[in-house]
Amino acid sequence: MQKPPITRSEPDETGHWGKFGGRYVPETLVAPLEELTKEFTRARNDPHFWRDLNQLLRDYCGRPTPLFHAERLTAQAGGAQIYLKREDLLHTGAHKINNAMGQALLARRMGKHRIIAETGAGQHGVATATVCALFGLRCIIYMGAEDARRQALNVFRMRLLGAEVVTVNAGTRTLKDAINEALRDWVTNVHDTYYLLGSALGPHPYPLMVREFQTVIGREAREQILSTTGKLPRALIACVGGGSNSIGLFHPFIADEQVRLIGVEAGGHGDSLGEHAARFHSGAISGGGRVGVLQGTMSYVLQDANGQVATTHSISAGLDYSAIGPEHAFLHDGGRAEYIWATDDEALEGFRLCAKLEGIIPALETSHAILSAIRVASELPQDDAIIVNLSGRGDKDVQLIAELQT
Amino acid sequence: MSRIGETFAELKRSGRGGFIPFITAGHPDLATTELLLIELAAAGADIIELGVPFSDPVADGEVIQRASERALRSGVTLRDALTCVAYAKQHIDVPIVLFSYFNPLLKFGEDRLAKHAKQAGVDAVLVTDLIPEEAESWTETLIQHDLDSIFLVAPTTSDERLARIAQRARGFIYAVSRAGVTGARNEMTRDAEALVQRVRSVSDLPVAVGFGISTAEQVREVWRFADAAVVGSAIVSQIEKMTGSSDLVGRVGEFARSLLALAPVR
Repeated sequence: MQKPPITRSEPDETGHWGKFGGRYVPETLVAPLEELTKEFTRARNDPHFWRDLNQLLRDYCGRPTPLFHAERLTAQAGGAQIYLKREDLLHTGAHKINNAMGQALLARRMGKHRIIAETGAGQHGVATATVCALFGLRCIIYMGAEDARRQALNVFRMRLLGAEVVTVNAGTRTLKDAINEALRDWVTNVHDTYYLLGSALGPHPYPLMVREFQTVIGREAREQILSTTGKLPRALIACVGGGSNSIGLFHPFIADEQVRLIGVEAGGHGDSLGEHAARFHSGAISGGGRVGVLQGTMSYVLQDANGQVATTHSISAGLDYSAIGPEHAFLHDGGRAEYIWATDDEALEGFRLCAKLEGIIPALETSHAILSAIRVASELPQDDAIIVNLSGRGDKDVQLIAELQT
Repeated sequence: MSRIGETFAELKRSGRGGFIPFITAGHPDLATTELLLIELAAAGADIIELGVPFSDPVADGEVIQRASERALRSGVTLRDALTCVAYAKQHIDVPIVLFSYFNPLLKFGEDRLAKHAKQAGVDAVLVTDLIPEEAESWTETLIQHDLDSIFLVAPTTSDERLARIAQRARGFIYAVSRAGVTGARNEMTRDAEALVQRVRSVSDLPVAVGFGISTAEQVREVWRFADAAVVGSAIVSQIEKMTGSSDLVGRVGEFARSLLALAPVR
């Protein structure tokens, strides 16, 4: 029997998309998560909240972002027209500020003045430090020591913005460990602290809430492509770490069955466990991620035979994470979205192509989607279109690229 | 009545407070863990919690994080933890609570784990990141295998949820003394006592208090209002300090006895 196609993707009241999602947390965090869910639900139904948020997104962040017709990338592909959703043009240089702004407004409504956040590439940390400066909130950012090393510029930016950056030396010293440390802070300081999680993962309501603040990407893109080309695109392509930029682009198109949703994971530099961050990479030697529980949510998790969470590798700090947001797991298993991977080398190639052909230096995370986009476009007729989420700009990565070239 | 139930009934009859030490399996190595289980029983443990090391222990402070990391570096698994229990249970009959994060159990297989745990002599399982709302099938599995399910309650837990947790809990209820991760604190707060009183109003199950208890004075203080005191990080910290010493097991036993020094009669 064939399963009916997925035309909507909403969690139940307890934050489950099928078996994925939910709330797997120490007991102390249940009360603040319930409080947050209540306040988010209230805000979500409050036109004043959206009016304030939309005004800030417009006047402070620079929304709407353009949908740019990338003609030279299109020519390179020789197929469908490639459009870039320019989230890199937002204030602070990535889509992360959409969510940071939404949650900061929420924290303010809740009367919380101490904000904590984790960061991988540093983009979410910078976005959080920025909104905290704007609203006069105290800001503490947890960042893995390895990530702080490869994204030193962003560490400096966060400090300039008044944030305290705490480097984490535990475990793999990357995003996963930064989240662990942020959760430990939250569990200790629940009474006055707001945890501003940066991706569509973690315990309910974060996967839903972060998605809601990021769907502005897809809503704008849908209107823009319809008014430009008069029809829906054939495919959407975005990189997937935790999965917030991709779910933000995908979600408003879920009911449009003819639109392919393609997430690109980090293929790293090998197929063995520890060499990549491709949770859905079933061709990997390990067989890829398995259903498990990490950091509050049930999803696909890269892990060893004993249920210990595996280390990951990616050239991009923002995709270097062992699990994936639960809604992606749901869309994957339901066959609504496809997930492929790009290696470090392919990402570097995408980075160079985008810079040389379009004059846009993309983030290394975003760069994972470029070659895949060219490949997908090349298989489609010229009167069709595809949209790539240009989720962030690459200034932060220039130093790393320079080091690689010497 | 379960072994844990009998243990608390006996404590109550003799008017004593219970002592529940925690150690991490495989810290510093599996052979030492087996000896420590036996030594802690001899030192007066009424129940012992055995921690399963996990790569991402979000509820734990630095001491237990380091213990887990060390155990994992030498490849310690859930199966090894069960083997330790099976060995120790040949020599002691103190109830053992397996203390774990959910993912290693999930990977092992819930039903398979319950079966193997029971065979090894485990009496109860506590899963740090599994709240009752997500634990429906899990608690059923434990009941089928005649294992108690221990749940945590925290000062932030609402009365409504306390009642719900009490319904699912078997054996005893573990009250977290204060918001935070595991690890020694200088003073106890009033939070713990208030929480235990709230638990008493919805449940007849015994209540153990843990997180941050590291001295004989604190153990005595907990006995004043709760049925048992759990000491984790302070003991794990002793193990860490003594690692490499031939006297490790004896010294940790001595430390455990010192925690009971203020007990009326034992």
